[in-house]
Amino acid sequence: MATPRGAATRGPGRRSRLHRLDLRVSPYAYVAPFFLLFAAFGIFPLVYTAWVSLHDWNLLSSDNPFIGLDNYTALFADGYFWNAAFNTLSIGVLSAVPQLLLALLLAHLLNRPLRAQTLFRITLLLPNVTSVVAVVVIFSQLFGRDFGLINMVLDWLGFGRINWQAGVATSHVAIAVMIMWRWTGYNALIYLAAMQAVPKEIYEAATLDGASSLKQLWSITLPMIRPTVIFTVIVTTIGSMQIIAEPLLFGAQVSNGAAATGGTDRQFQTLALYLYEKGFRSFEFGYASAAAWVMFLLVVVVVGVNYLVVRRMRGGLDA
Amino acid sequence: MGTPHSGRRIVRFVAPMLAASLLTLTACGGGGSGGTAGGGQSTEKIKLSVGLFGDFGFKPLYEEFKKTHPNIEIEERQAAYADHHTNLAAHLATGAGAADVEAIEVGYISQFTSQPDRFYDLRQYGLGKRQSEYLDWKWQQGLAPNGALIGLGTDVGGLAMCYRTDLFEKAGLPSKREEVSALWPTWEQYIETGKKFAAHAPKGAKFFDSPGEIFRAIIAQAPVGVYDAQDNIVVATNPDVKKAWDLSMQMIDAELSAKIGAFTPEWNTGFAKGSFATVICPAWMTAYIQDQAKNAAGKWDIATVPGGAGNSGGSHLTVPKQSKHPKEAAELIDFLTSAQNQAAVFKAIGNFPSIPSLYDQPDIQNFTKDFFNGAPVGKIYSDAAKNLKPQHLGPREGDVRTAIGNGIGRVEQGKQTPDEAWAQVLKDVEAIK
Repeated sequence: MATPRGAATRGPGRRSRLHRLDLRVSPYAYVAPFFLLFAAFGIFPLVYTAWVSLHDWNLLSSDNPFIGLDNYTALFADGYFWNAAFNTLSIGVLSAVPQLLLALLLAHLLNRPLRAQTLFRITLLLPNVTSVVAVVVIFSQLFGRDFGLINMVLDWLGFGRINWQAGVATSHVAIAVMIMWRWTGYNALIYLAAMQAVPKEIYEAATLDGASSLKQLWSITLPMIRPTVIFTVIVTTIGSMQIIAEPLLFGAQVSNGAAATGGTDRQFQTLALYLYEKGFRSFEFGYASAAAWVMFLLVVVVVGVNYLVVRRMRGGLDA
Repeated sequence: MGTPHSGRRIVRFVAPMLAASLLTLTACGGGGSGGTAGGGQSTEKIKLSVGLFGDFGFKPLYEEFKKTHPNIEIEERQAAYADHHTNLAAHLATGAGAADVEAIEVGYISQFTSQPDRFYDLRQYGLGKRQSEYLDWKWQQGLAPNGALIGLGTDVGGLAMCYRTDLFEKAGLPSKREEVSALWPTWEQYIETGKKFAAHAPKGAKFFDSPGEIFRAIIAQAPVGVYDAQDNIVVATNPDVKKAWDLSMQMIDAELSAKIGAFTPEWNTGFAKGSFATVICPAWMTAYIQDQAKNAAGKWDIATVPGGAGNSGGSHLTVPKQSKHPKEAAELIDFLTSAQNQAAVFKAIGNFPSIPSLYDQPDIQNFTKDFFNGAPVGKIYSDAAKNLKPQHLGPREGDVRTAIGNGIGRVEQGKQTPDEAWAQVLKDVEAIK
């Protein structure tokens, strides 16, 4: 008798314990695949890069001695690294600011009843789905010194030709234009999606009060889609800190050597390109890993600053 | 929100690189098994891959090879010059992905031969016997410091000067190749000729493409280049390097350059458009020009290069340790580099043999090319190759030359004076260990 009764009482108890376990553990099991993958392809490489950066690690050599923080000391003393950091920030600002403003304006223009709306929206996204290589090759030809369309127009207007690759400012502008071409439409679509969620009544009221379209954009739309603006600013900042394909291919138009160095004077070598030059042209993986880690920290800092600035902006708009 | 995002993104960039270095640990696992069991004919189906940069003219030869090796399937992969060598380094480091036969250009060869444990020593497959056939310096370049035979030479790049007969005529210069060669025994005379050309040049035509290529040629003619025999970088102390630099500066000063970097899209266009009247022309370049300037057939011709003989380019074929069929790969290399097949490649695409016994054979000596106005390319490049003096190339050859090339570029773009640029070159080279 004792045994069945015991079993009967233990049965439900075990089931409820299992049930509780299920409730507590299952959610973790469901999200585990992502975190396992992230650990394998995210955390581990990050930690391993740090480990590699403490060695004199050449891709081709078989022994890689531990050298402590020497790579970092050398990196901080390397003028070309800071040059790359400056170029990255400069190209980032030159591309991100006009790009986001333009995207906002485009989205504002499209945020009204229009014929062939879908067509417009797809057109916005087209540059973004184009291969970056194709975009850079075409734009590099447009910016070509001898046969480029832009120089032909400038010449015709009497401004004279510009050797776009040669100068710091000119090369930065050229690269920023390529980035803007690819990403303006994408950001415009994100803004547009956010704008659609803004109640129409507010605009109607504002129109009745005689507010102009631009005034509405500034005083209604912008404050209402603030979280989206913060999102795009952060994503764009991160993206522009990692620019590599554009300067690499742009430099390849000058010479083989100038591709990885970002021009003859490294005038448009970005951080990611610097990392590529050290890692994959010179095979100095230890040094490149140190550069990768410092670059990572720089991205965190710049994104943090941007976040604070954009959040500040909210206060101004609310007032 | 910023931090995890940026973290994941940067990781996405760094991850492949790390995956690469990670696998290094497991790289030395395989290897060492030597040839497959039992010599002689095997009937086992084997697939050999061949990794090249650009076209080596091997495709017809594979068919020949299959006649004696019916069980072997050959797959050729081509990549661009820099990518090919970067990929090869990554594949060697990760222990996977390399082809059974990998080509290595002379600018990189010393970097790879310094890692003999990553390649098969081809002597163990009996290729050591080929030594007597080769130009001695070409053979030496394929050896590791420990004496292992890493690679067998394919071609050498004896220098010549290609020029446009039509542009020379329009500028009132002689256009016959003997007369043109007589114009410029030295580089100084080349510059003088350039000035005469510029005085009457047709619109849009400059004397040469860019001083960077000429600098490489002048360096190639010196007994010692940017490295001495002990692998020390001697850019700062070797008077021949400074002389080549100064000559390049004179050429920029005389405004003879079209300012078009080699192997860029504008350079390719320039061949067809006649943007420059002369271009440094190692043997392998003839196929390239022919390809780029199809509409200019008969307008290009070939003269001797100023300043004497020199070598630019040329390759070796190697078998990475990760190959599963080293014996067959070695047989294929032996076949592709045989005297007969090097001659065939030369006639097909222009890469010039590294086997000197071929140079005096009538079928090479009398070989001409219609595209180059019937120029006797066989004789021109035989003479160039016979007079070659070997030059030692160091492990970071490419980095050093990039630093100098960028310096020349800065002067040409008007960003720096020659002295400023040279000072920066020395500083950059100093940083290359």
